[in-house]
Amino acid sequence: MPRKKMLVRNRPRDSVRAAKPLRVLPKAATGIQGLDEITRGGLPKGRTTLVCGTAGCGKTMFAMEFLVRGAQQYDEPGVFISFEESAEDLAQNVASMGFDLKALIARKKVVVDHIRVVRSEIEETGSFDLEGLFIRLGLAIDSIGAKRVVLDTLEALFGGFSNAAILRAEIRRLFEWLKERGVTAIVTGERGDGALTRHGLEEYVSDCVILLDHRVVNQLTARRLRIVKYRGSVHGTDEYPFLIGATGISVVPITSIRLDHRASSEVVSSGVPTLDKALGGGGFYRSSTILISGGAGTGKSSLAGHFVAEAGGRRERSLYIALEESQSEIVRNMKSIGLQLAPLVATDMLRFHVSRPTAQGLEMHLAMIHELVVDYRPQVVVVDSITSLLSMGSISEVTSMIVRLVDFFKMNGITAVMTALIPTGEETETTGVNVSSLVDTWLTLRNSEIKGVRARALSVVKARGMGHSNQLHEFVMSKKGVELKSDAWSRKYA
Amino acid sequence: MSAQTKKLPGKQRSSAPATVVLSLYIAGDTPKSRSALNNLNKICVEHLNGRYRIKVIDLLKNPKLARDHQILALPTLVRQLPQPIRKIIGDLSNTERVLVGLGIESTK
Repeated sequence: MPRKKMLVRNRPRDSVRAAKPLRVLPKAATGIQGLDEITRGGLPKGRTTLVCGTAGCGKTMFAMEFLVRGAQQYDEPGVFISFEESAEDLAQNVASMGFDLKALIARKKVVVDHIRVVRSEIEETGSFDLEGLFIRLGLAIDSIGAKRVVLDTLEALFGGFSNAAILRAEIRRLFEWLKERGVTAIVTGERGDGALTRHGLEEYVSDCVILLDHRVVNQLTARRLRIVKYRGSVHGTDEYPFLIGATGISVVPITSIRLDHRASSEVVSSGVPTLDKALGGGGFYRSSTILISGGAGTGKSSLAGHFVAEAGGRRERSLYIALEESQSEIVRNMKSIGLQLAPLVATDMLRFHVSRPTAQGLEMHLAMIHELVVDYRPQVVVVDSITSLLSMGSISEVTSMIVRLVDFFKMNGITAVMTALIPTGEETETTGVNVSSLVDTWLTLRNSEIKGVRARALSVVKARGMGHSNQLHEFVMSKKGVELKSDAWSRKYA
Repeated sequence: MSAQTKKLPGKQRSSAPATVVLSLYIAGDTPKSRSALNNLNKICVEHLNGRYRIKVIDLLKNPKLARDHQILALPTLVRQLPQPIRKIIGDLSNTERVLVGLGIESTK
């Protein structure tokens, strides 16, 4: 069930594409998580892309992943010309992303050539050219039939030669040459004052320019990626956060682009039979998003726990993103209502990701969740709670993050349960975060003191596509778990 | 450099400096290659008094050497001997700089 707003936004793009199907720019998939979605397929094939950014922004890692994934996943061998780091250093650095560069070199899938440019060694005595570079590059390409080339970073040449006029002419010739060879290339450049690169490499690259950024906001570091230019192609224009993790780079969100996830008609049990009945359809739709909101101690986490335990019973994996409590606290608390989560953890049917919201930036959180999901492939994700994300950013930022998160879960067929804390005294049907319209099912929980009895109540505010109960149900937590009393609240207490 | 030239002779005839061994890297027979070779010959004849050897290496015929010898710009002139190795790039049209680069004192 795609949301209307997004559909409308998507339509013009699709109609433009449908009207001109004649020549689609061929693309080379990078294999970088999320990037191919933003660029709708990858970098321009047979062309040169400029990747620029400040020192330490991840240019080399980006370029290397493009090359390694090309060799591993797309059968496109690659040449890495390094003007800065030695092959040894490079191999060591990318090992942190899980890439075995030496093995790829041994299998003739990758060639690394380290070109040292040391100005003090070179005396210039008249006109010269960089034919030596062309010869080396050509030889490297031919030696493995390379389809991809990285030059990292070409600007080191400016430190080696004083005759900038010759250098510029040669760089222009190099780009022409790369195009003629038909290789898909990345050149990297360092960010300059008021310009994309210090030596204006962007003047020579006309097809695609990607800017990487690494900044510190509120003592939190955030990496961001932006496609500055992509001639002849539709692309996302936002700044996208990205993460360099143990499996490479992940760019988030991959979601605002594609909204073609299919709505599942399969129903999965909530783990509470009486709740399944109240929902009308026997549970939640698979890959739908469920919001459970309520005051402190109303049983939000307990409901989520039931769902996780039920998923475990179906042999489905769950990822529990705990932003308030530790793993042991959650496991202990669930045990008190008869839910045994420890065996699920032991058999890897349940993983916890415990994180203090303030420990990382909002985008880092999103990126981490993204990476965890890609790595673990859970069928169920619990975010407990989304309210704690509010300490990391404004309401609009948090809402935008949750929108991306919901889309991401849906695209991956994940049934997601999010809890939201409602401060005491607030209206029950508020979440503090404007996400209620995004979710498919919304349950609210409340504590009430009526006739000297403290009682919990649950109501189904909405359950899209299901004929749910409109009653206020009594909600009982015991050692045997959570249960809804069959008779309506109103009959008992009113 | 002067300290080195004093040490180098070692043998009895201390007045005769060591032979200069040069490699000129080019890529094919281009005007730039030819002019570099002409300039080099001229400089050697005028300043090295027969104490030199020149080897011309065409990288088009032997491209692997570009990598093995860390050649980037062309033409490149490398002074292999005496040590240390020195690199000069360009068509060698600026005689003064070639002499400085090779560590040769002008005899003129």
